[in-house]
Amino acid sequence: MKYADIVHRCFRCGYCKFTSDYTDFNCPTYRKFRFETYSPGGRMWLIRAWLNGEIKNSDRFQEILFSCATCANCVEHCVFTFSEDLVNIFISAREEMVNDGIIPPPVRDYLKNININGNPYKEPASERGKWAEGTLVETYKDQEYLFYIGCVGSYDERGKKIARAVGNLLVKAGLSIGILGDKENCDGNEVRTLGEAGLFQFLAEKNIALFRDLGVKKIITLDPHAFNTFKKDYPALDGEFEVYHYTQILAPLIQSGKIPLKGLNDKITYHDPCYLGRHNGEYNAPRKILKAIPGIELVEMDRSRENAFCCGGGGGNFFTDILGGGEDSPSRIRVREALDTGAGIIAVACPQCAKMLDDAVKIEQLDDRLKVMDVAEIVTNCLL
Amino acid sequence: MDDIAHSLAMIVGEAYFSNQPEEAYFYARDPGLMPPHKPDYVVVPKSVEEIQEIARLASREKIPLVPMGAGLALTGLTIPLKGGIVMDMKRMNRILKVNEKARHVIVEGGTSQGLLKAYLEKNYPRLRHSMPDSPATATIAANVMIHGQGRLTQQYGFNSDMISGLEVVLASGEVCKIGSCSMSPDWFSKGAPMPDLTGLFLGWFGATGIITKVAVKLYPKKKMRDVEIFITDREDLVPDMVYELTHTEMVEDINIFAQPKPMIFKDNHHIAIFITGDTDEELEFKRKMTWYSLDRFIKSKDGGFMGVPPVMKPTLLEMPQRSVSRFADVKKGGGFEYSGPIIMVEKYPECAHKIVELAEKYDLGYSGMARIIGRSHAMMYGFAFTFNRADPDMMDRTRKALHEVSEFALEAGGVFWKATVDEQKMAMEKMDPNTLGIMKMIKENLDPNGIMNPGNWEVI
Ligand SMILES: Cc1cc2nc3c(=O)[nH]c(=O)nc-3n(C[C@H](O)[C@H](O)[C@H](O)COP(=O)(O)OP(=O)(O)OC[C@H]3O[C@@H](n4cnc5c(N)ncnc54)[C@H](O)[C@@H]3O)c2cc1C
Ligand code: SF4
Ligand code: SF4
Repeated sequence: MKYADIVHRCFRCGYCKFTSDYTDFNCPTYRKFRFETYSPGGRMWLIRAWLNGEIKNSDRFQEILFSCATCANCVEHCVFTFSEDLVNIFISAREEMVNDGIIPPPVRDYLKNININGNPYKEPASERGKWAEGTLVETYKDQEYLFYIGCVGSYDERGKKIARAVGNLLVKAGLSIGILGDKENCDGNEVRTLGEAGLFQFLAEKNIALFRDLGVKKIITLDPHAFNTFKKDYPALDGEFEVYHYTQILAPLIQSGKIPLKGLNDKITYHDPCYLGRHNGEYNAPRKILKAIPGIELVEMDRSRENAFCCGGGGGNFFTDILGGGEDSPSRIRVREALDTGAGIIAVACPQCAKMLDDAVKIEQLDDRLKVMDVAEIVTNCLL
Repeated sequence: MDDIAHSLAMIVGEAYFSNQPEEAYFYARDPGLMPPHKPDYVVVPKSVEEIQEIARLASREKIPLVPMGAGLALTGLTIPLKGGIVMDMKRMNRILKVNEKARHVIVEGGTSQGLLKAYLEKNYPRLRHSMPDSPATATIAANVMIHGQGRLTQQYGFNSDMISGLEVVLASGEVCKIGSCSMSPDWFSKGAPMPDLTGLFLGWFGATGIITKVAVKLYPKKKMRDVEIFITDREDLVPDMVYELTHTEMVEDINIFAQPKPMIFKDNHHIAIFITGDTDEELEFKRKMTWYSLDRFIKSKDGGFMGVPPVMKPTLLEMPQRSVSRFADVKKGGGFEYSGPIIMVEKYPECAHKIVELAEKYDLGYSGMARIIGRSHAMMYGFAFTFNRADPDMMDRTRKALHEVSEFALEAGGVFWKATVDEQKMAMEKMDPNTLGIMKMIKENLDPNGIMNPGNWEVI
């Protein structure tokens, strides 16, 4: 296994479980399962034991490894020099398990569906671009930006609404954008984090070839997960593009008044998506947008920015649901935390977070007190 | 599932019960050097009632019951030496009540040091507790259980001296309140003016009862905090320097460290002197008093204050000091262990020699770290060695070095802190027989079936 020469270096000190100020345990799996084995250090020690043949690949070992939300809280807070590699180590262990073919059934199904259908929803490619019907968003020809949606924004009902909101805003702002529609393919971020390195490479290379054929130079993504893999993984496969998350494009346009907005009298708290925040260091763009809306009171949760608590959807868990369920599922904890701020709206900038938190609000029966809205949906409500 | 497994799962809920190989592997070990031993079951309870039921079950079935905080004592104290149940306490981590004016807080038995620190900073910025430098996930109850020391130890003694009440679940499953809380709603005293019963539990490593609540005294938190470092190459003078510093009664904490790397640190002893103040004047006054107190050593050219580089200050001032944990990876091997006898400050020179001697003998990376307890009443001298977990030979050499430390400490009149099982045996062999007799009486009465963290403090 890659990184096999590092796993013994974990001291089990547990800094990785916390926020930087120790307000709470911040590894979503440890917070839910509460056995040390589900913490970053636990994973390190178990991976080592597994590599040494001291434990076997069991159902529980799979749950322990595949519940990791790849949220990178451990990367942020581990005090050792190998901290950067923690998530990579967990992904490498998953790769080994995938290679052995011994993985949890929902992971297997997810990977199979991507392989066969190019999306996890078993939907035909012809449905991919349907979300854009009735909007002003056009198909990509030679526009300045490719607007890349991803599977959740293309097929999930909640995701589609966000895709429409973002698409409309970008067009309204006068940006030259186009979508791939039925030509779009899975970006592969979750495939990669779930350990199917071969399938990821296949998807990435296919996407890169398509983007190149079409002459794409700049990409705006709806989803931070796609943003992450385009920015960080595609260059190694010769896929160099200028990649933006949509909030990075909207923030200057809104701040400069290019998209004039009316005021809104709401108290809002913003949830940092891990793949925008911790993985890519973008904490400000979404906040700048919200702060530019007159009348909005932006309040922070106890855990925000580098210390944000993951919604539990990362690392494929959005699709496999290995980490979900129960009162201490990360999304339910997160909406309770949002409620504590007194905000009436949780703003998100990721369709996966939106859906995770939306569901949690319903289960917690907070529908009448808390609304989950994408930043783009909030802006849309303020358009003059 | 066997009957015991089923009963435990019923008590804590299936999600918080495990008899799986993964938990058995992990909870069989701690980050230190003691040999592993697997538990049969691991539970993560949420309430006092659950712990009572677990204790009753363990007593009835005569199964070992081992409480665990973060397992960071490093000396194998949470390894279930005879199997049985490991009870991870960290789900019981609520901060129950702060009495601001009486300066104490009541926390549950699995509350971490980090959580309390964050809670106080947010809600009671003028209060603090005596924070050790163990990683933030280490628990408060376990720290007082092993008589830990923290930032306020130079002023107020062991962290266990700074408690004002306990709630304990006995092996029988009964809940027992210790201190003023046994007869009053208020947790302001751990014993006085009545018999102080905390000694029946503290220092026993969970072998006489499980702490489910602990009241910890809080102290004024000054607005400012700073650190000075006095350097000397005269280890023989360190006890006198500490005597002068403690005489000022102006110092928050005194740590002394000596290590071979970086090169500029070699052969020197660094006395880190922490001071606090609410105003610049207060801080400067205290700084001057510490300067004056060491003036004669400066004049005799036996030491001097070093300008603490700005990059070093935050490292020293943070609580807990994360850099202490980083020592584990000096050899890129993720391991360190220290033997930290409690010993007279006058023994500092001998300790300082011994650690260098052992590091050379066994070819190990080392750090000597002392924390002063009270006004020079004693010190914890940490003989810390770093090792590579992937190098069995280095681990063995470290074990041998630590064993020699134990022998040295006993010989030098010290008392083991968080003693390994071997050290416990050595201590009991050396102990006054009548003292040992009392320990035996206590253990037999509180734990007649010998189920509580068995293997520890077993008086033969
Ligand atoms: C890098 C590093 C730095 C350290 N620095 C310090 C320091 O500055 N000061 C200091 O004092 N210590 C220090 N330590 C030692 C140790 O980590 C701490 O004392 C810590 O508080 C132990 O807490 P824990 O929760 O990890 O205890 P554990 O190791 O889990 O438990 C210790 C003992 O207490 C028992 N126990 C645990 N919980 C309970 C309970 N609720 N009821 C009854 N028994 C219980 C256990 O069975 C065991 O015998 C340090 C350790 C490390 C690794
Ligand atoms: S990436 Fe997140 S979920 Fe995974 S081990 Fe690290 S902190 Fe936990
Ligand atoms: S991953 Fe890093 S912070 Fe976490 S337990 Fe291991 S060494 Fe400590």
